[in-house]
Amino acid sequence: MAKKMKLSQISDILQDLDVESLEGVTIEGDIELNISGGGGLNPALAYALGNEISQISLHMANIGRMLGFPAEQLFASAFGMAESPQALQTPPRIQELIDSRFEVSKVDNWKNKIQEVTLGATSADGGSRKSTVTLGGENALPYYFDAEMPHRNYVTVDVFDMPIGMAKAVKGNYEDVINDPAEWAKKVVRDFNADMVTIHLISTDPLIKDTPAKEAAKVVEDVLQAVDVPIVIGGSGNPEKDPGVLEKAAEVAEGERVLLASASLNLDYERIAKAAIDHGHVVLSWTQLEINAQKELNRKLMKQCNVPRDSIIMDPTTAALGYGLDYAYTNMERIRLAGLMGDDELTFPMSSGTTNAWGAREAWMVSSPLKQDSDWGPREYRGPIWEIVTGLALSLAGNDMFMMMHPTSVQVLKEITQTLYGSIETEEIDITNWIGAEV
Amino acid sequence: MKINSPLEAYKFLPATNCGECGEQTCMAFAAHLIDRSKDLTECTPILEEKFRKKYEELDALLAPEIREVVIGVGDNVANIGGDDVLYRHKLTFFNQTKFAYDVWDTMDEKDLIERVKYIQDFKKFYVGNFLTVDMVAVRSTSGDPEKFAAVVSKVVETTHLPIILCSFDPEVLKAGLEVSKDRNPLLYAANKDNWKEVADLALEYDVPVTLFAPNDLDLLKSMAKTFAEMGTEKLVLDPGTFPTGKQLRQTFNNFIKVRRAGIEGDREIAYPIMAVPFTAWMAHDDPVSASYWETVVASVFTIKYGDIMILHSTEPYAMLPELHIRDTIYTDPRKPVMVDPGMYEVGEPTADSPVLVTTNFALTYYTVESDISSNKIDCYLWAIDTEGIGVEAAVAGGQLTAAKIKKGIEESGFNLQTDTTHNTIILPGLAARLQGDVEDETGANVMIGPADSGRIPGWMEKNWPPQKK
Ligand code: SF4
Repeated sequence: MAKKMKLSQISDILQDLDVESLEGVTIEGDIELNISGGGGLNPALAYALGNEISQISLHMANIGRMLGFPAEQLFASAFGMAESPQALQTPPRIQELIDSRFEVSKVDNWKNKIQEVTLGATSADGGSRKSTVTLGGENALPYYFDAEMPHRNYVTVDVFDMPIGMAKAVKGNYEDVINDPAEWAKKVVRDFNADMVTIHLISTDPLIKDTPAKEAAKVVEDVLQAVDVPIVIGGSGNPEKDPGVLEKAAEVAEGERVLLASASLNLDYERIAKAAIDHGHVVLSWTQLEINAQKELNRKLMKQCNVPRDSIIMDPTTAALGYGLDYAYTNMERIRLAGLMGDDELTFPMSSGTTNAWGAREAWMVSSPLKQDSDWGPREYRGPIWEIVTGLALSLAGNDMFMMMHPTSVQVLKEITQTLYGSIETEEIDITNWIGAEV
Repeated sequence: MKINSPLEAYKFLPATNCGECGEQTCMAFAAHLIDRSKDLTECTPILEEKFRKKYEELDALLAPEIREVVIGVGDNVANIGGDDVLYRHKLTFFNQTKFAYDVWDTMDEKDLIERVKYIQDFKKFYVGNFLTVDMVAVRSTSGDPEKFAAVVSKVVETTHLPIILCSFDPEVLKAGLEVSKDRNPLLYAANKDNWKEVADLALEYDVPVTLFAPNDLDLLKSMAKTFAEMGTEKLVLDPGTFPTGKQLRQTFNNFIKVRRAGIEGDREIAYPIMAVPFTAWMAHDDPVSASYWETVVASVFTIKYGDIMILHSTEPYAMLPELHIRDTIYTDPRKPVMVDPGMYEVGEPTADSPVLVTTNFALTYYTVESDISSNKIDCYLWAIDTEGIGVEAAVAGGQLTAAKIKKGIEESGFNLQTDTTHNTIILPGLAARLQGDVEDETGANVMIGPADSGRIPGWMEKNWPPQKK
C-alpha cells in the first residue's frame, strides 16, 4: 500500500523554520518524496497526493517570495498561464456533497402542561360576552415544534376611568374618548382590534380622586355594557384601597368571568381571591420579578384561599426594553420552563403589562438628552416599536396575554405572534436570490 | 463544553495552588473555567511542555459547543458563536449577535461613503457605555465583478468595520476578496449550485464562509460536513430567513433546531447561525412597514439564536430597539442587579447642591447618574435600598417608602440640616405620591423632580435653588 503523506507533516517541518529569520539561510539538498508500494496508484490517491505536493510547492514558493524571488512569475511561465490566473486554482477536492441528514430530538422533560384558563363567559355560561378567550395549555415553549400551541396570544387594551398622562404618540389615538371609559372601550375593540379590554380604576387612589368603590363599579358596568369581549378590571395599585374596589367590581361583574388585577403579596390577597371565587372570576397573581415570590403567592392563592387552578393567571412583572427587560424576560422564561418541567406552582398562563414600555425615554422623548448620542429620529415611530419589541421578547419567554396601548403596537404584535403561532397565511416569498433585491 | 463541574476540570490542573492565575487555589480557578469567566491560558504553569497533554485534553473539554468564528482583523474583529447553553439563565450567552447593515454596488460613491460612515459612527449611550453596530455587508446587485470590487475597496478605505461580501457568483466574490483579503471578510454565500467554487475561495484566501440552504437543514448539514472535510471549520450557517407567514414560522423552528442540535453535541452543525431580516424588504413596499417588520424579525432572531445578521434599515427607530434587545439578551445575568445603597457624590457637590433620591437598582442608578454627570450638575445622589427594584415598581410594591428613605438617610451618616443649606430632598417624579409621608418622616422639605432623569437639567434650571419660604 502506498504511504500516505499528510500535508500537516510538511507544515510541521516548515513551521520549525522560523520564517522571519530566514534571511541569509540557504536551503540545501533535495526534498525526497518516497512513494513506496507496488503497482499503480489508485486515481483518488494520486489525486490527493498531487494536491498535497502542489500545496507543498506553494509553501515553498511562498518562502521564495519572502526571500524576494518572484515565484508567481515562475509558476505562470512554467504552466504557460500568464494570461489566465483562473487556471491556477486547485480543483475542488470533493466533487459531490457528502450526504448527511439533519436530526434533532424533541425536548423530553417538558412533561407538564400549562393550565388552561378561560376569560369571559357567554350567555350559555351565565355571562353576556359574545366571545371568550382561552389562555395556556402549552406543552412546550411558544411556537416550538416540540408540541402544538393550543391557543394564540391575546391582547387586552388599556382603558382608564379618568384622563391620565400618556406619551404623545399614544394620546393622539384617544383624545376623543378620554373622558368616557365606555366609548374608549368601544373604540379599542372596534377600531384597534383589541381582543379584550382592561378597565383601570385609577381614580380610586386616595391620592388621586379617591373615587368610592361603589362609584367605580358603575364604570365597570358601563364598560361591560359597551363591549362584548372579556374584560380585565384593574385597581389603582393602592394596597389599602384595591381590595375593596375589586370586591365591588367583582360583584357587579358577577358571572362575566373577568380577570381581577391583581392579587399581590403586599395587599390583602385573600379578599381578592374570595371576590373571584364568590363571583366566578379569575385572579391575576402579580409579583415583582421574583420566581420564588411568584411560587409563594400562587401557593397561597391555591392552598390558603382555595382559588381553583383554572382561575389563576400570573403577572411576573414587565420591565421596559432597556429598563430591566433582561430580568423580566429571564424571569418569565424560567417560570415557564419550571412549569413545563413539572413545578405545579408555576403552571399558569402569564400576562404582561406591556404598556410599561412607554416608560422608557426612548419611547416618548423628542430627542436624546445626551449630546453624544446619534440622532434618535422621530419619536412617533420609536414609541410603538418599543412597545412591540418589549412584548415580543416576552412572548418568546412564554407570555400569553399582553396589556397594551398603542394601536400600531397591538397590530404588529398580533401579526408577529400569530405568524409564529402559524395562523397567518401569506404569499410565499422566494428568497433564493435575496442579495440582488432592489430595495 | 463537555464538563460541568469544577472537580472535573481540577483533575487536569497542576494542583500546586501557585496563584499565578490570580486565584488562591487551582480549585477556585477550575470554578472560573466552568463558568467561563477565566481562560485556561491564564494558568501559566499548564502551558509548560510537561503538561502539554493535560492542557490539550482540558482545552478540548472546555471548548464551547458552538464553534467560534472570527471575522475581520486587529482591533475590529467580530467574534461570533461560542455558546454553550440554550437559555441565558443557565450561564450567559457569549459573543453578542453582530449587526451588519448593507450597502450595494450600484450606489453612487457619495451615498455609499455617507452610509458607511453613518453605520460606523452610530452610537447610543447606555449604562456607562455606548451601544454600537458592527459590520458592513456589501451586496452585489449589479452582478459585475469590477463594480463590486470598486465598491468593496471604497468600503475598506472608509471604515475599519469588518465586512461581509455578498454574492452567489464566485467571480464576483473573488473580485471582492482580491481587494479586501487583508481584512478577513466573511463570504456570503455558498449554496447548492456554487459551493465548489466558493469553497475554493474560502480555502484559497483562508476566510470564513456562510453556507446558505434555505429551509433545507439536510443540505445545510451536508454542506457543513463537506466544507469541514475540505479543511475549513470557519463556517456560518444560514438556514434562510423567510420574512412572513408560515415560512417565517418554519424559519423560527429551523433556528431552534440547528442550535439545539449544536448545543446537544452534534459537532457537524455546531456553527454560528446567520439571520437575514433584510428579507422583510421583499415583503413590504412601504419603508416604514418594512423597517418595522425588519426590526421585529431581527428581534426574534436576536433572542433565538442568530449570531450575526444582515439588515437594511438604518432608521434610528430600527437601530435603537435592535441594539437594546441585543443588550437585553446578551447581558450577563450573573452580574449584580444592585449598587450598594448609600449616598453618592456626583461632580463636586457643596452644601448648596441638591440632594436627589433614587433606587439602588443598578440600571436606574446608572441612568440617573449619567444624566446628571453628563450635564455637569454637582449633587448628592441617594441610592435607597429598594432591593434592586426601579422607582415606579418599588413605589407600587412597597420597597420605596418614606420609612426606607429616612432609614437610608440615617445610615449614610449625612445630615440634611447641617450638611446642606436647604434641608431639601428631591424625589423622583414617579415617587410623587410619597411626598407628604417623606416630609412627615424626615422633617425636610420635599420637592418632586421630573419623572425621567433625562429632564433633570431642565428641571434644575426652573426649580433650583428652591425659593426661600
Ligand atoms: S496558575 Fe494554575 S497551577 Fe497555579 S493556582 Fe492557578 S490553576 Fe493552579
